[in-house]
This record gives sequence, structure tokens and C-alpha cells, in this order.
Amino acid sequence: MFEGVPLTWFLIVSTIMFFVGIYGFLVRKNLITILMSIELILNSVNINFVAFNKILYPNHLEGMFFTVFVIAVAAAEASVAIAIIINIYRRLVNIDVEKMNEMKY
Amino acid sequence: MTNNQLMFTIFSAVIIIFSILTVTSRRILRAATFLLFVLVATAGLYFMLRFNFLAAIQLTLYAGGIVVLIIFSILLTSQVGQKLETTTWKKKLVAVIAAAFGAVICIITILGHNFPMEVTSPGRTDISVIGQNLLSTGKYGYALPFEVISILLLAAMVGAIILAKKRKD
Repeated sequence: MFEGVPLTWFLIVSTIMFFVGIYGFLVRKNLITILMSIELILNSVNINFVAFNKILYPNHLEGMFFTVFVIAVAAAEASVAIAIIINIYRRLVNIDVEKMNEMKY
Repeated sequence: MTNNQLMFTIFSAVIIIFSILTVTSRRILRAATFLLFVLVATAGLYFMLRFNFLAAIQLTLYAGGIVVLIIFSILLTSQVGQKLETTTWKKKLVAVIAAAFGAVICIITILGHNFPMEVTSPGRTDISVIGQNLLSTGKYGYALPFEVISILLLAAMVGAIILAKKRKD
């Protein structure tokens, strides 16, 4: 309970965001929209960490630090993913995920 | 409804509605804008929980870095005005069923679990405590992950530059 907001409300919001991100990851065909769904999943996990930290362990800061590292790793991963996407676009001139079905031999 | 509950309801409504719009929109720039709203509302949740430093990091890196990067890559790689192709409705139905099934299982587990509440006094989350913890090597220190993250960011920077460079063919 954080000043009137119970812990389960935070967890339910982050669960819904997580599974909306999973639905987007499964349904979308454009590579960049798949990346956006991955960012949704990572953000939902961040909300979870922060809510647990504030409500169950208010004297510690571990949840916040883990969230900082998750944000840093997400930034690094998004930049490398976009570099790969740009490279793919230069070769195939489209970024539809169903057209990329050949590995380089 | 207290003020905190009202704030939480507004932020979480924004988060849920705009995340659903992100994954179902047919225009890619609108999906990026809705993602920006989701990230800003998440930063609002962090501000509500009194994690000011983390909310500033979220706004700077996510809303100001990653979304801008995504918009750049959209402009560089796809035809912006065209509508996105969608998958067949059968695949969408299977994905909705899978996601809803997972969500229901998780929510039932969360609501049925008894979280151990300790009634302790709230700790300090100001920047001096954060700074001391981030660079200390003691029990709750984070000096090692800090250095490892620096190496990871360096590797990501070098890798992204080499991957996206124009080659002289």
C-alpha cells in the first residue's frame, strides 16, 4: 500500500502492459513495430521492480538500481537492433519480417 | 478516491489505452507517438512513487532517446505514408487468446498471493544516497554493474556504428 494505492494495482497494470507487448510481438510484421513491443515489455518489468521496491522494501534501493540498468541495456539493445534493421533495409529494401527467410550461406 | 488513487488511475489508464493503440495501429508513426505517451505516463508513475532520479532517467533515455531513434529509423527505412499490412484474423485471434490466457493466469496468481508487508519507515531516495550506493563497493554497492554497463554501452556504440556504416561497394 503506497499512500492509498495497493500493490496489486501496480502489478495488474504492469501485467496488462506486458501481455499487450507480447501480443504486439506476435502479431506485427514490421521489424520496428516488433521493437516497439519489446520496449513495452521492458517498461512493464520496470514498473514491477519499482513498485515492489517502494512498497515492500522502502529502506532499500535495489529495485530502482535494477531499473536503471534495465533502461541502459534496453537503450544499447535498441540501438544495435536499429543498426541491424538499417542494414537489412539496404539489402532487401523492405523490413517485412516474413520476407527475411534466407540465411547467408 | 484520494489524490494518489486518482493520479494512479489517470496514469494507468493512459498506459493501458495507449499501449493497446501502439500494437494495433496501422500507421507506423502513430504507433511511435503512442509509445511516447506510454513512456511519459510511466515516468509519471515513477514521479508519483517519489523516484525522481529514475523518472528523469526514464524521460531522458526512453522518451528522449529511444523513441527519437525509432522515429529516425522509421523515416530511414519505410514508406511513412503507407498503412501497415496486418496479419490474418486467425493469427490475431490465436495471439489474443495466448496473451489473454497468460494475463489471466498472472492476474489470478497476483490477486491470490499474500505479499508480506513490513511496516517500516520510508527510506531516503535523494540523490546523495543514490550516488553513494551507485559507486560504493560495500554490501549494497553497485560499482561492478556500473563498470560493466559502461563496457556494454561502449560495445553497443562500436557495434552499431560498424553495422550501420555505408560501405563502399
